[in-house]
Amino acid sequence: MTTIASNISSSLYDTLPDQFSTLNAGAQWPEARKEAFARFQALGGFPTVKVEDWKYTNVIPFFRNLQTLQLPAPIAVTEAQLEATGLLLPDVYRIVLLNGELQPQLSELPPAKQATVLKMSDAAAEPAFKAHFNNSKKLAEHHFAQLNTAFFTNGLFIEAKAKAQVEKPLHVIHLYHNTNSLLVNPRHLWVAQEGAGIQIIESAAGIDQNGAMVVNSVIEAVTAERSQMSHYQVQTGGSQLRSINQTLVQQHGKSLYNNYTFTLSESELVRNNLNVSLDDERTETHLYGFYIATGGQLVDNHTSVDHRMPNCESNELYRGVLMDKATGVFNGKIFVHEDAQKTNAFQQNNNLVISPEANIYTKPQLEIFADDVKCSHGTTIGQVSEEALFYLKARGIGDAMARSMLVKAFAFDITAQVKIPAVRKQVEQVATRYLSAAVNN
Amino acid sequence: MLNIKNLHAAVEGNAILKGINLNVKAGEVHAIMGPNGSGKSSLASVLAGREAYEVTDGSVEFEGKDLLDMSPEVRAREGVFLAFQYPVEIPGVSNINFLKTAVNEIRAYHGQPPMQAKAFLDMLKSKQKLMEFDANLMNRSLNEGFSGGEKKRNDIFQMAMLEPKLAIMDETDSGLDIDALRVVSAGVNKLRSKDNAFIIITHYQRLLEYIVPDFVHVLYNGRIVKSGTKELALELEEKGYDWLKEDIRLEEPVQ
Repeated sequence: MTTIASNISSSLYDTLPDQFSTLNAGAQWPEARKEAFARFQALGGFPTVKVEDWKYTNVIPFFRNLQTLQLPAPIAVTEAQLEATGLLLPDVYRIVLLNGELQPQLSELPPAKQATVLKMSDAAAEPAFKAHFNNSKKLAEHHFAQLNTAFFTNGLFIEAKAKAQVEKPLHVIHLYHNTNSLLVNPRHLWVAQEGAGIQIIESAAGIDQNGAMVVNSVIEAVTAERSQMSHYQVQTGGSQLRSINQTLVQQHGKSLYNNYTFTLSESELVRNNLNVSLDDERTETHLYGFYIATGGQLVDNHTSVDHRMPNCESNELYRGVLMDKATGVFNGKIFVHEDAQKTNAFQQNNNLVISPEANIYTKPQLEIFADDVKCSHGTTIGQVSEEALFYLKARGIGDAMARSMLVKAFAFDITAQVKIPAVRKQVEQVATRYLSAAVNN
Repeated sequence: MLNIKNLHAAVEGNAILKGINLNVKAGEVHAIMGPNGSGKSSLASVLAGREAYEVTDGSVEFEGKDLLDMSPEVRAREGVFLAFQYPVEIPGVSNINFLKTAVNEIRAYHGQPPMQAKAFLDMLKSKQKLMEFDANLMNRSLNEGFSGGEKKRNDIFQMAMLEPKLAIMDETDSGLDIDALRVVSAGVNKLRSKDNAFIIITHYQRLLEYIVPDFVHVLYNGRIVKSGTKELALELEEKGYDWLKEDIRLEEPVQ
């Protein structure tokens, strides 16, 4: 038996190689899985804090006590349970997954001429699947993406058809259920074909959870020429729903990709790896993030944007509010490769640290190998502006109310970028709930 | 209305106000003039309750209550209004929401229920008309991207909405062109009544051509060294402050 991480002695860790052969007996894509598992082992298994990208995020404690990779028997989720998550949105195609498995009886799919929506396990014959599955640049760099490829169970294949404008947003609700501590690996592939337009909203909730759970998901997304994809990741959920999310995007010429990542959960661990690769000319990319970390939460956003070709534009704005004893991590890399002349790349990360015991580690990184580009990056860490606070008070507004207004204003600068009113409303309501609790402490 | 007695204040241990005495009655407009660094803006800050200022001696009574004992928000709710020299930009807080919150916080303090949406909008519209305030600015973030003139006009508009008893205008004329100065002054004149009072802090006599004061005081080195009527302002405009400094030097006891 091979030991994956020598500093860990837990059943799941130590038995991964055994589990790999037993769980994957007869599984689809055996070659890809085998290769990925070998790569995972070659990378050293689970990353420790000695690995640069995991310096401030120690995942080991979260994996130490995980018992299994074996999904529990499916449960019948009721409409009432769905309703109770508080996540439902009007005017969307609702697509419900349970531990990564599509639940057709709870879902409404878009018209087939606009988009194809399939379980990954049913998508192998699709040309778009063959062209793009397991093909993203940077997959090989991510420990957890390799682990996902090795063990993934199922997920969602979405293809917006060429020139089709998918009428309503797809609302993908990820439900997670476990009967003991579980590692689940959902895997998705989303493709917007030439000239297509699609909006995808993700939400998450635990349902009948028993024990802790780590969701290690991979989304590969591709925007073909002149297509547009807007991708909302609304990360909600309870303390036992920990997640490590890899979102790997490849953009072709003149395409637009917008990502909105809102981390508004009680989860003890959220790590997002968002990598966007601009593979052809005249692409446009907007990345917006907002995170609130309370209690002992750890919220980590690692993003990268690779400008590989000329005349592309990327714009990134992430903001966070850190409270209690929470920790936030932001790492934003922009690479402007040698051929990427006339690049416009902007990045900004602002943090409000409200409690003296909260921490933020933020590192904007810009590497430029072209000579005719416009790039800027910056980061701020601070408290509520005393001058603004005094201005509000001088108009009769009390201290708690004034602070609350200023913190909300800081947050709602980001939510104002959301183009779907119902999503904006939901996100602002959830954010307000967390922020009010914090400000009134 | 306002009774300032022997007010001393310091910032980081440096004495800034060194014994101010001033009595303001309802219906009066007092102008406070003086050279740079004489303590004019500091007086405004102390009255509004800025934290950086430490009152080291003296007292301030407002409507019979101890003003210095109140937090900035309570002062505002009691009816003290500071028009800022530099109104603050607050992105993400809409002008209209800010005003509604302020109005309702003040009402709550006086035991009144929150204003109904319709009543609030009616009030907003009538004050906009009165103050000639651009309605388009209402839905924008508070002062964000406003020109200097728009910010000052917004402050005066807030004054109209909150209907304070005592308004302290801290160099409201600075950075205003002549047209904006006229509009702002006209606004203030419309708000003047026998029940409220104004303290107007300014460098220049120009503003006082539009808002005619009942009294003019000269602040120098943390004290009011001369008081008079509006004619004093004209004299200052003509002669500058140096002759006053001479007078004061003569009055200082020989060491």
